[in-house]
Amino acid sequence: MAVHDTTDTTDTTGTTRRGDRTAEPVLGSAAPRREGPAKLTGTARYAAEHTPPDCAYGWPVAAAVAHGSVTGIDDSDAMAVPGALAVLTHENAPRLGEPDDPTLLLLQSPRVPHRGWYVALAVGETPEAAREMARALHVSYDEEPHDVLVHPDHPKLYHPEQANGGYPGACERGDFDAEYDAAPHRFDLTYTLGPLHNHPMEPHAATAVWEGGHLIAYDSSQGATVVCQTLATMFGLDPHQVTVVAEHVGGGFGSKGTPRPPVVLAAMGAKHTGRAVKVALPRRELPFVVGHRAPTVQRLRIGARDDGTLAALGHDVTTHTSTVREFVEQAAVPSRVMYGSDGSRTGHGVVALDVPTPSWMRAPGEAPGMYALECAMDEVATALGIDPIELRLRNIPDREPDSGRPFSSHHLADCLREGARRFGWERRDPRPGARRDGDLLLGTGVAASTYPAYVAPSTASVQALGDGSRPAYHVRINATDIGTGARTVLAQVAADELGVPLEAVRIDVGSSDLPAAPLAGGSSGTASWGWAVHKACRELRESDGTLVTVDTTSDVQGQEEYARHAFGAVFAEVSVDTVTGEVRVRRLLGVFAAGRILNARTARSQFIGGMTMGLGMALTEHSSLDTRLGGFVEKDLAGYHVPAHADVPDIDAHWIEEHDPYLNPVGGKGIGEIGIVGTPAAIANAVHHATGRRYRELPLTPDRVGVVA
Amino acid sequence: MKPFTFERATSPEQAVSAFAAQPHARFLAGGTNLVDLMKLGVETPEHLIDVSRLPLNDIEPTADGGLRVGANVRNSDLAAHTTVCRSYPALAQALLAGASGQLRNLATTGGNLLQRTRCPYFQDLSAPCNKREPGSGCSAREGVNRDMAVLGHSEHCVATHPSDMAVALAAYDAQLELLGPEGSRTVPAAEFHRLPEDTPQRDTVLRPGELISHVTLPPPPAGARAAYRKARDRASYAFALASAAAVLAVDGDGTVRHAALAFGGLAHRPWRARTAEQVLTGSRADAETFARAADAELAAARPLSDNAFKVPLARNLAVHTLTALTGDAPNRPAGT
Repeated sequence: MAVHDTTDTTDTTGTTRRGDRTAEPVLGSAAPRREGPAKLTGTARYAAEHTPPDCAYGWPVAAAVAHGSVTGIDDSDAMAVPGALAVLTHENAPRLGEPDDPTLLLLQSPRVPHRGWYVALAVGETPEAAREMARALHVSYDEEPHDVLVHPDHPKLYHPEQANGGYPGACERGDFDAEYDAAPHRFDLTYTLGPLHNHPMEPHAATAVWEGGHLIAYDSSQGATVVCQTLATMFGLDPHQVTVVAEHVGGGFGSKGTPRPPVVLAAMGAKHTGRAVKVALPRRELPFVVGHRAPTVQRLRIGARDDGTLAALGHDVTTHTSTVREFVEQAAVPSRVMYGSDGSRTGHGVVALDVPTPSWMRAPGEAPGMYALECAMDEVATALGIDPIELRLRNIPDREPDSGRPFSSHHLADCLREGARRFGWERRDPRPGARRDGDLLLGTGVAASTYPAYVAPSTASVQALGDGSRPAYHVRINATDIGTGARTVLAQVAADELGVPLEAVRIDVGSSDLPAAPLAGGSSGTASWGWAVHKACRELRESDGTLVTVDTTSDVQGQEEYARHAFGAVFAEVSVDTVTGEVRVRRLLGVFAAGRILNARTARSQFIGGMTMGLGMALTEHSSLDTRLGGFVEKDLAGYHVPAHADVPDIDAHWIEEHDPYLNPVGGKGIGEIGIVGTPAAIANAVHHATGRRYRELPLTPDRVGVVA
Repeated sequence: MKPFTFERATSPEQAVSAFAAQPHARFLAGGTNLVDLMKLGVETPEHLIDVSRLPLNDIEPTADGGLRVGANVRNSDLAAHTTVCRSYPALAQALLAGASGQLRNLATTGGNLLQRTRCPYFQDLSAPCNKREPGSGCSAREGVNRDMAVLGHSEHCVATHPSDMAVALAAYDAQLELLGPEGSRTVPAAEFHRLPEDTPQRDTVLRPGELISHVTLPPPPAGARAAYRKARDRASYAFALASAAAVLAVDGDGTVRHAALAFGGLAHRPWRARTAEQVLTGSRADAETFARAADAELAAARPLSDNAFKVPLARNLAVHTLTALTGDAPNRPAGT
């Protein structure tokens, strides 16, 4: 086992040639982001920065009631605004074909399923005119009673067939009830999480223009292929009549994984007015129209033996969805993966409420589910007097418990041991509430991480351009670089396989006119795209031609039956101020086993970025649903608290070198989300260690933690 | 955004007369709050008078040993001023505890005092709010009110004033110089902001068209020590859940000679704790007195459904800030 110390990683220019034994191989090197200079100098253009000639501006109008229907829209004042072009409503907007995702059926009916649902689009000559038109629009409603509060005893609770990701809603293995009842130590613990919001740095935006019968859209998306297909369906076009460009994207965190209202509204506005139309959402509207992490109430029932091994593991999740579309946060799924037991029952209950539609956010399923499971494991360890790392080591299964499949690779134990060594865990006094620094109580905690190694079929092409003396290659693939460094890593994959310097590879990503590829989501992008790029380069190398296009569908479908997961361990040290109840992280360390790490620089960014998101979930990010008004209350970054720099004082990530032959030719498991997963529980467990109190609810803000008077 | 006209004031007096000619005008300084509210449609001025270039940028000593601060002095500059750091440390700490570095570089002394509440319902045009639209109702009172007031609120409004700086100014007995159509007048900082009562749309006692020109700090009481402490949801760029500014002078025999205490995050205005100060003055400077004083002040608290935590939090902030000033506990640096 080798461990990379990312803090010591030396810079390379990425010019290493294959076969040069003295230099670092190009794959795995810390090659800098290719688009870095363009972003730094402001020349990288995001969706709202494409301005076709004669561009108009759209401003959506959000419903001001929580449930009901629009009874009338008076646009006389709006159309009197200087520069007004059009107001689109359900009465005059273009009719749309039915998409897979009904949240995109905008302005097609007067129905208002939740507060913030778009009921109109104002289009004007300038953004200011469009915004003023939106303000001047008079919309009247027929209001109906609304319900936005989920709880496990809700009369409309039902148990879905499937949860997000296609997982079975419920799973049973062995006899959970009998094993639980017979266990010498029983734990019945409930953990509560409120809704959370993605809030990428770049709010969702799109610019659309019709050129003849061809629709061109610049969209802030994690996957232009799906956007292209969806727009084709909705506007009755052949996919070849649609071009979607997502060249640079300022983060998405799942909220841009599916097409979102801006691109549909922009295309509708452009069709209606005959102009190019740009729609950039104000941040305050994101919580209502781009998905959110649904709140969960999670009941963990653990039956443990004296030695800490689990006899029974039960994980029941209650969550909400909207009346528009069923989305079930699969929070119980990690309990089917992590630990062995003789009897297990995992399931989901959901209530369809008058709320915005939840969706993917930063490790859906694993982030909330592992918070509950890993806090519960800490409670078991504390109650039985077993070190929390030792408890986990004793429960690592030989095979994936519910599926019975062998793991393609499994290095959780190595992550825990290496993390313990680096963190200084052996010096830890396990007694809670025993360390003080003035008014501060100090504690440390640990939690495991897991995230599935997803992969999806992709196409890609590569063309040889240069002559024999100066090799040059052009890789084309509709991958999306949402800030992760995807274009850089894919160029590394190509250069490595072709045996050429990194700068000999030119790569184009981020357009649906390129070979189709899956989205940047589920930590699957690099594995999926990398497989296709690798295959194309290999076939080119082995052929006499100059252009190769490949499709990995049969390769992906032909994979052997293994359980493929990344694992990790996160360690946290916190202080809890007895005067104020403020919890601050002092140290955060993650050690991960995620297959082959393809770029040390961008990997480190993803790991510590994910850990920072986990820190936000643990300590700062809080959203409220107002039960009377029926909407989210914290709408901007002054009210919805993502961590500031001052909250992240000492953060470090390392990885285990893991060789997994059952993944994909590139060998990576995906690293976008694994950093998030263990962090909230590690911090919550550290707060218990500091204070001796279990809170079982996040975020741990001063109102929850309280003061010592 | 509602269209508006714009002019750049040439002198404080000209700014005031320009305002008088335009009933729906607003003064614009740093713009860090007003412009946001205009984008939201919460503020809809028809005319903006840019006062940011008026020559109100000086920080000057006064004849009696105090300090006179021009209304256009940026928060960053005021926090870094040598005399402020040395003689008014609670003010420097309060300034640095507020907003972010970028905002402090732009926000002015006068503008900081006139920033509006960050109550989320005030900022949401689709929600009733008596401060934004008198008579429409208060959404926060029975809504999400964790961040709202526990002192001095009314059935019409439970909003808090968000400024950190204003809390320190109240504790230092600062005076605000106001220039209006009828001349200039002086108002104590602690009495500048109002309680909501039945007119929450009025944040301050400022009359229409009046401009804050200066803030004057009296000389600090002899031998006084001072500090500002703030509790918040994250380590930077978050408004106070509660905060306390304290100025304390203790005689050689351990008796409190001068005590000024003000709370932030608890009320519609910086809450000068006069009841606590009466308990403190002349009493022995110890933890028991400090707790008794804080309890006496906070006996008037009327928490809402979600914010009862603010009462013990404020009590702790007061007791620990005062205790730190007696040297019995280490003083803590202000965060940023």
